Amino acid sequence: MSNQIFRDSDSDRQFSASWFTGRVFVYSILLLWAFICLFPIYWTITTSFKMAPDVMKGNIIPWLDFTPKWLGWRSLGLSPETIGIESTVREEFLKRFWNSAIVSVCSSILAVGLGSCAAYGLSRFNYRFGFMRNSDISFFFLSQLILPPVVLALPFLVLYKSLNLLDTRIGLILLYTLTVLPIVIWIMRDQFSSIPTELEEAALVDGLSIWGAFTTIIMPIALPGMVAAFILSLVLTWNEYFFAALLTSSHAKTLPVMVASQTGSQGISWWSMAALSFAAILPLIVIAIILERYIIKGMAAGAVK
Amino acid sequence: MSIEEGDKLHVVTADDISNNKKRLGKFLVWGSALILIFTLLIQALDTNAYLTIGLETWRPSLYAYVLWAFCLCASQVLTRGEHGKRVLFVLPAALFVISMVVFPLLFGLVIAFSDWNLSSPDGRTFNGWDNVRQMWVDPFYWNALKNMVWYTLVIILEYTVAFGLAILLNGQIRGRKFFRVAFLLPLMLSPVAVSWMIGKSMLEIRFGPISRFLRWLASEPSTDLPSLLYYPGMYIADLAQWFGWASPSFFGSAGIARAMIMAMDAWTFIPFMMIMILAGLQAIPRELYEASEVDGASKWRQFLEITFPLMLPVSITAVLIRIIFKLKLADIIINITSGGPGGATDSVTSFIFREYRDRSNVGYGTLLAIVYLVIIVIAMTVLIKLADRWMKPRY
Repeated sequence: MSNQIFRDSDSDRQFSASWFTGRVFVYSILLLWAFICLFPIYWTITTSFKMAPDVMKGNIIPWLDFTPKWLGWRSLGLSPETIGIESTVREEFLKRFWNSAIVSVCSSILAVGLGSCAAYGLSRFNYRFGFMRNSDISFFFLSQLILPPVVLALPFLVLYKSLNLLDTRIGLILLYTLTVLPIVIWIMRDQFSSIPTELEEAALVDGLSIWGAFTTIIMPIALPGMVAAFILSLVLTWNEYFFAALLTSSHAKTLPVMVASQTGSQGISWWSMAALSFAAILPLIVIAIILERYIIKGMAAGAVK
Repeated sequence: MSIEEGDKLHVVTADDISNNKKRLGKFLVWGSALILIFTLLIQALDTNAYLTIGLETWRPSLYAYVLWAFCLCASQVLTRGEHGKRVLFVLPAALFVISMVVFPLLFGLVIAFSDWNLSSPDGRTFNGWDNVRQMWVDPFYWNALKNMVWYTLVIILEYTVAFGLAILLNGQIRGRKFFRVAFLLPLMLSPVAVSWMIGKSMLEIRFGPISRFLRWLASEPSTDLPSLLYYPGMYIADLAQWFGWASPSFFGSAGIARAMIMAMDAWTFIPFMMIMILAGLQAIPRELYEASEVDGASKWRQFLEITFPLMLPVSITAVLIRIIFKLKLADIIINITSGGPGGATDSVTSFIFREYRDRSNVGYGTLLAIVYLVIIVIAMTVLIKLADRWMKPRY
């Protein structure tokens, strides 16, 4: 055993070393960015369990630096001791939460319904509406994306006032549907054009009407895309602040408006603000973790042709 | 709306629509249109005090309009059979968008050229070009527009970061699912929550973790440390003090405040671009890389000659959409700085928001918004045309 016959040449060994440093480099960047993404969320969660001195001292790690207290959640009426007792803050919070949920879910459903039908029609038939052809109609829908919300905000304020729709959920639902409709149409158009038309042709030969074919054959195939569009709309509408701040005052106020209105008045009641913020972002965090696949699919839909 | 020949989905239908059906359809449309006109007329007379029914709102007109829209859809099927059913796919969405966008926009144009303060009892009066003249000399509006240019230019930086992260995520790494979810999370958070979590809490000057960290960097390292750590520590401390991190202030000076707003907005939207670019990267066929490897291309050459050119269409789409979202930037600014210090962080949207909130000045605010819209439409058209030309194959 004097001479090893097969061995790595010098260049190969160098390669392994550089490969290793490359790995370290890649993972350290990834971990750094993951830290940047996650730390604010972590900070919010922990702050909601802190007492005043803990916040002042900047303690970060629970049980090691400080003992978690239910202070923030108690001020929301959501801690274990107060959950059974009546609490006006909690009722307020739940009302806003419920408003947000209804508005975002309804407008997303409406947008996905209207948008998928329109996208399906545009991907299958040639329309002519005055001078507008199919591509013009598509452009008309998508161009709504460019429209900045400020342009609509003040006219809607005045219109809603005269229609008595100010500070109602239905008014917000209609407006939110409008804002997410172009995105839904964009995603769904991509979905439908990837489904071969032979499927409907077979269904039509077998005696289904065009709407029958759409609802029983095409919709189930396009369902993942619809879920993606629905979730994206849900995210956008749940987080929407601008219209909600302008068009609601007491009855239909949504969660972001409540969070925003607390920041100014409450001074530095860190724990309760942290609890409130965290409660506001929690539903979407859960959705993101569970349905991450669909969200990515939805956003990727328009990107790759 | 009519259907042309040459549909992708070709259907042969034998519709025999009886004259009765056709008549019923026509009757529905015109009948409901009459109801609509009649309601509008009565309401107009009522508001102008020619009639005294005392209707408080315009709700009846809204209901009449909805009725008319339904009848229009129904009549399409009645009078045109199978073709009508196809029109029914697009018609509801089109009607919805037209009534929600075109009508308010026209109405907005009327408001824009009038002096209308919701808090004053006078109501609306036309004032011609007065609002335009006021806008022309309003330094804060021009300042907000200038800020928007800055905010938009930062997208190049965001794009670079997003591209880099997407390339890393596309490589052979462990725990990809974890990283994907972690990177996606900022996009899920509401800008309002972000502005509290980061802007008000983490950037708090006295005990926010970021300012604490900066102060720690700027402090002199203790002399007990081994010299290997002590001297770099001193160096970092000097550098940090030179940056003024010993007493950090994030929203005091114009430049830093703007950078902070940019950073927070970038934080929430980098995942968006990253995911689009990642999808594009995954669509590039592996063979191209294998072939270039055989030809002896380095990683950097591969990126320049394969990845970047092939990603150009996706990149342009991602950047254009990002610009569109950026132009709506307002929530973070409204909640953290409300435009301050001295309008340095104002975006157009937040400026108009305050114009309404503080002064109830609907007329002037709407004019500013419409001017903004015109600028955006022109800029986006130019951009899209440029992008189109750029994307065309050169060989």
